[in-house]
Amino acid sequence: MPYIPHTEDEVEEMLTTIGVSSIDELFDEIPPELLINELDGVPPALSEQEISRLMRERAAADRGALCFIGAGAYEHHIPAPVWDLATRGEYYSAYTPYQAEASQGTLQTVYEYQTMMTSLTGMDVSNASLYDGASGLAEAALMAVRANRKSKSTRVLLTAGVNKIYEKVAHAIAGEQGLSFERLPLDIDSGSTDLAALDSEQEPPVALVIQQPSFLGTYEQVDRLTDWAHEQGALVIAVVNPTALAVLSEPGSWGATGADIACGEGQPLGVPLSSGGPYFGIMACKQEIVRQMPGRIVGRTTDLDGNPGFTLTLQAREQHIRRTKATSNICTNQGLAVTAATIYMSLLGPDGLRRVALASQAQTAKLVELLTAIDGVERAFSAAHFHEAVLRLDRPVAPVLEALADKGVLGGYDLSGSYPELGNALLVCATETKTDEDLQVYRDALVNVMASQAGK
Amino acid sequence: MSELPGDLLYTSEHEWLRKEDDGTVTVGITDHAQSALGDLVYVELPEVGQEVEAGGEMAVVESVKAASDVYAPISGEVVAVNVDLSDDPEKINADPYEDGWIVRLRPTSDDGESMSPDEYQAFLDELED
Repeated sequence: MPYIPHTEDEVEEMLTTIGVSSIDELFDEIPPELLINELDGVPPALSEQEISRLMRERAAADRGALCFIGAGAYEHHIPAPVWDLATRGEYYSAYTPYQAEASQGTLQTVYEYQTMMTSLTGMDVSNASLYDGASGLAEAALMAVRANRKSKSTRVLLTAGVNKIYEKVAHAIAGEQGLSFERLPLDIDSGSTDLAALDSEQEPPVALVIQQPSFLGTYEQVDRLTDWAHEQGALVIAVVNPTALAVLSEPGSWGATGADIACGEGQPLGVPLSSGGPYFGIMACKQEIVRQMPGRIVGRTTDLDGNPGFTLTLQAREQHIRRTKATSNICTNQGLAVTAATIYMSLLGPDGLRRVALASQAQTAKLVELLTAIDGVERAFSAAHFHEAVLRLDRPVAPVLEALADKGVLGGYDLSGSYPELGNALLVCATETKTDEDLQVYRDALVNVMASQAGK
Repeated sequence: MSELPGDLLYTSEHEWLRKEDDGTVTVGITDHAQSALGDLVYVELPEVGQEVEAGGEMAVVESVKAASDVYAPISGEVVAVNVDLSDDPEKINADPYEDGWIVRLRPTSDDGESMSPDEYQAFLDELED
């Protein structure tokens, strides 16, 4: 479907018909103090030729290096058919279609996606996706407040290993709506939440957010945390990595009754790192609170002739039906990324996804083994980890990472900003895309950097 | 259009009230309201113990066509909700004045405006003109 904007003549004709002299006059009820003439920090427009060149140069700067950074976005092998199929004309749209009679193929794809997500998370229902993992947490927190009407609290408690960027985004979206976010302390020996702190919690929170695996790659005691939260009358929001769900227990089976909402970043499922996006957010929940879930939901039904068909359902939650009372102002999703994820999951199957998870975990374990054999590099935590681990260096991390980047190795995520209590801590990740030779390249580069920076 | 029950009071929001012997007030939506909404698929009920103000939102009825608020016709405390509606919202379509009741309130004031059956009938007739 081509997107053709109105010509100046057409705009003129429409304005004349309704008796308005200009577009500005049409919107003259907007108070002048709200109008912005220029945007600070936004550079002047470039021509197509200039912008294409700039984007090519920027994309090239992101290629070629060996990437050992995880921290919320993960490089996995994407089978060639995934984007070949996803970018066919029949699928190539970011949107969920409203018109069931014209969109059965896309609707069925979304339905299959939802089915796969409920199977991975162990939840009853999934939506058709949100923008990304971070906004997914914000939406989950707002949803928990709506669903947990018995709780008078607006305080959302987070385990120590919830991605701090997610917390920032959640605060930006939900903070003005009265929600506050508080973090449980980190046990700096194990790298997980300090469960002793639960005993000193006074007021029950409205919800507890548990990220598993944690941002630091460690595991939380999800059963204990889930049961504790439910005893307090709080809902449980799981923040999960879909790849890890192939090997870890699913949120639906955490504790005695399972987490209430599961959300997370869907990028690991067939979406490339691509300089930071677009990614997509996962969201699933228990049946009892489905009417509080934001976003699109595709349902399967039967038409007049008895044939199965697919259509958007439960739309009264959405802002185009119920503007003031909608569950969210989320008005779109990441349909294209979801199409790719659905194809990715179909190609891998549960067993393939499990092999990806195990291979990633194994490569990270090998990397940690290799790097901690170097003088001045040690493991930060005693506990087990998934496909990310924290190393502690005998010197500040940033200059080391810079020197590694010069050698073509993106060595990990510097934790000194987000977890200063861990000292010179570096979060590393190796997925199945990293061969043993790649790990050796990292090791050699680090040996070299540590030696050349020694004594400085 | 079926006959309006004579023992109820009505509001301009198409809700009905029945003053019970124990001083509580039962509230539902009228036959006119349920037929305008169409098949109901969900009813969002308040919590028992919740305080409501006359004219304030108290519940939500959702049909295949629309979702609309049910307003408290009088200020009071919610003493009971029709939990059967959670599984069977269509009870409101089938029997709006009996099985389809929504909320029972204990009034804390005699505020709120209501109409007699004849007044409500006249109100409906005017809407149809």
